[in-house]
Amino acid sequence: MKPALAFAAGLIANTSLALADEKPVLTVYAGDYIVSEWGPGPRIEEMFEAQCDCDLQFKPGDLLPRILLEGAQTNADIVFGLNTDVTKKARESGLFAPHGQNLSALTLPIDWQDEIFLPFNYGHTAFVYDETRVEEVPESFDALLDAPDDLKIVIQDPRASVSGLALVLWVKAVYGDEAEAAWEKLAPKILTVTKGWSESYGLFTDGEADMVLSYTTSPAYHIIAEEDRTKKAAIFPEGHYFMVELSAKVAGTDVPELADQFLEFQLSEDFQTMIATGNWSFPAALPQEKWPEGFKELALPEKALFYTEDEAAALRAEAVEEWRRALSR
Amino acid sequence: MAARVVAIIAGLSVAGLVIGPVIAVLLRAETFSGFGPADWQALRFTLVQALLSAALSVLFAIPLARALARRRFVGRGLLVALLGAPFILPVIVAVLGLLAVFGQSGLLNRVLSPLGAPQLQIYGLQGVLVAHVFFNLPLATRLFLQGWLAVPGEQFRLAASLGMGPRAMWRAIEWPLLKRIAPGAFAVIFVICLSSFAVALTLGGGPRATTLELAIYQSVRFDFDLGRAAALGLVQLALALAAGLVALRVASVPVAARGLDRMVPRWDGQGKGARMLDGVWIVVAAVFLLIPLAMVVLNGASGILTLGGSVWVSAAHSLAVALGSTVLCLAWALPLTTRWGEWLGLSGIALSPLVLGIGLFLIVRPFTNPFELALYVTATVNAFVSLPFVLRILRPEAEAIRADYGRLGGALGLSDWAWLRWVLLPRLKRPLGFAAGLTAALSMGDLGVIALFADPDRATLPLKIYQLMGAYRMEQAAGGALLLLLLSLSLFWAFDRGGRVGA
Repeated sequence: MKPALAFAAGLIANTSLALADEKPVLTVYAGDYIVSEWGPGPRIEEMFEAQCDCDLQFKPGDLLPRILLEGAQTNADIVFGLNTDVTKKARESGLFAPHGQNLSALTLPIDWQDEIFLPFNYGHTAFVYDETRVEEVPESFDALLDAPDDLKIVIQDPRASVSGLALVLWVKAVYGDEAEAAWEKLAPKILTVTKGWSESYGLFTDGEADMVLSYTTSPAYHIIAEEDRTKKAAIFPEGHYFMVELSAKVAGTDVPELADQFLEFQLSEDFQTMIATGNWSFPAALPQEKWPEGFKELALPEKALFYTEDEAAALRAEAVEEWRRALSR
Repeated sequence: MAARVVAIIAGLSVAGLVIGPVIAVLLRAETFSGFGPADWQALRFTLVQALLSAALSVLFAIPLARALARRRFVGRGLLVALLGAPFILPVIVAVLGLLAVFGQSGLLNRVLSPLGAPQLQIYGLQGVLVAHVFFNLPLATRLFLQGWLAVPGEQFRLAASLGMGPRAMWRAIEWPLLKRIAPGAFAVIFVICLSSFAVALTLGGGPRATTLELAIYQSVRFDFDLGRAAALGLVQLALALAAGLVALRVASVPVAARGLDRMVPRWDGQGKGARMLDGVWIVVAAVFLLIPLAMVVLNGASGILTLGGSVWVSAAHSLAVALGSTVLCLAWALPLTTRWGEWLGLSGIALSPLVLGIGLFLIVRPFTNPFELALYVTATVNAFVSLPFVLRILRPEAEAIRADYGRLGGALGLSDWAWLRWVLLPRLKRPLGFAAGLTAALSMGDLGVIALFADPDRATLPLKIYQLMGAYRMEQAAGGALLLLLLSLSLFWAFDRGGRVGA
């Protein structure tokens, strides 16, 4: 009813500083899902504090709007958890400094040469299903479009959700000028569109929808935490849209050495091994043979589709409008 | 005199909380962009769904409230209390509960499909309306019920001794009552539905069900286009305040009709037909409202036992926040129980929460010690958002009391304090209890207000539920939702009880 009034309250709460502690403080802005006790935040804090003789303080909240509002006066030293849909705006703000890390350790399915935004984990968009409920699993995107209309899918709104936007770009990358026609074929199968990922996934686990727009890594949670191997991601030969989570150093940080140390730690094997099960994503800098059990058995797409931030920015309005038109009919 | 000063201060603080953030956002915005074709579509859908939702909620509430007012049956008190529940559930939980009944694989379809009935399709405008009526019918019902119960028993006795039939009763007592209450109830529900977003989108089935609030969210979260957010927010605010103005103009003011504050048994509506009709309304409404709630309970039953200690701690935080907001809100509302006060109070839900949030942030940020302020901001915002509901509950009674006893009080030369202590508060007991219960439960369950106030050490229960969902733990999240439902209802029950006794 009143979404996010707290925007302010949250922002305010989190700009505070612990004054009592004498150790140097590294302030990390991160999404709420990171900082939560069920996210990787507590482990990151513990691991990093063990090596830095500092106090790492997570400040949860809405990353980009907040840092843009605060501008150069921000207290943040690191921003953790940006997605590629906001990097362009973030870069243009001039608030971030180069990370200075050696990128050769990265094990991403695409070539990543960004000087400012440093990946920590990745995944791909994928439709996740329950094999006990879906008998004929579409084997390609084309097959999904041609599937009977009683296969019900729930997706996220590209205007309100990062994964929803990735889906729209995915369809654009696969179908190009035919994207709108593809959406029209998909439309009768789309049960509904939700504001965010959680609502969609809730509908899926409640049995309301047969397939949900989620990530290639989602089955790992069910395998590792629940020993449930019935949840699978449908893998399409056309490729899957690549989604990466990034961090960046704030240019005006008053603890640049600590910030650098954190970025280095982010690529370390310890961190990378932890992040897989911490954030239910593929580690950005860890060869597959070192992935945790459960992740190794996941089906992986052969092709990762990705638009650079400039390409995505140029395509976005049109792609979202095609989606809106096709689904409004 | 003092009373007037207090009222002016209360009014100015409400106005300031609306105007301040809007100006702050406008000043920060670089451009002031216009409306595109998609925005016009969103505006149209927003208006249509809000008008229909409010109309249906009020329309159904009238016979239901009448039935509840003149029938006595076992479990009536419990039913009246449970009526508060849909309104206070976190949106996402309520939606999952509704879909468990009306959804694709919901109860209804599972019952209907073996009978060969065509599948029930909830997604679409019908779904939006079902959800909005589910949320708001109980509120509207309680508002009317309140009015019915406040009619002095002597009036019914007089009507009976004059041998009035149902039609004459309707003209003399019930119609004036509805005219007094319905426009305000309509306005408040219309305004809540104006800013609906997640519910409208999910049950509306896709981008056809785009509301203005979604466009605001997009401008803030994705585009960081504050000018657009402010422009859309102003449109939403103007619509809400215009609706409020019309409603309050249409609503009649009570005529003086005092009684002896006694319960008098009702003579009307004892015919067989009337009893049947009332029974049907009560049963249908109970089924419609309680089965989705039962699904929430069922879904959460296994999860609630697996909740960790931190979830229980967060529940304690939620309780504390709820109680603080309740005290603040009631103190704020009492001086504003006038026509213009209620109109002003509507802005608590009329201004887009996102615009309010960013505006407050921009205002508060230059000052130091923001963490301490955050708690006050949360409590204040909670109270502010509850204000329209509380005023709607309190104002009809408060005005009736002023009309009935104001002159007597003036003739006796009662001081403001004596008036408050001996006349206003005792007679306002029933609506005050309801208002307090509603505020407490609202601030308990309102995910919006704390969604991003995510200080890990002070997280509230709705936030924990959201975190659990975000971390794939849907079963535990359902358990958390059940805990929240139980706590909110207990709070509601405890406060409302004082007012409900003898109702």
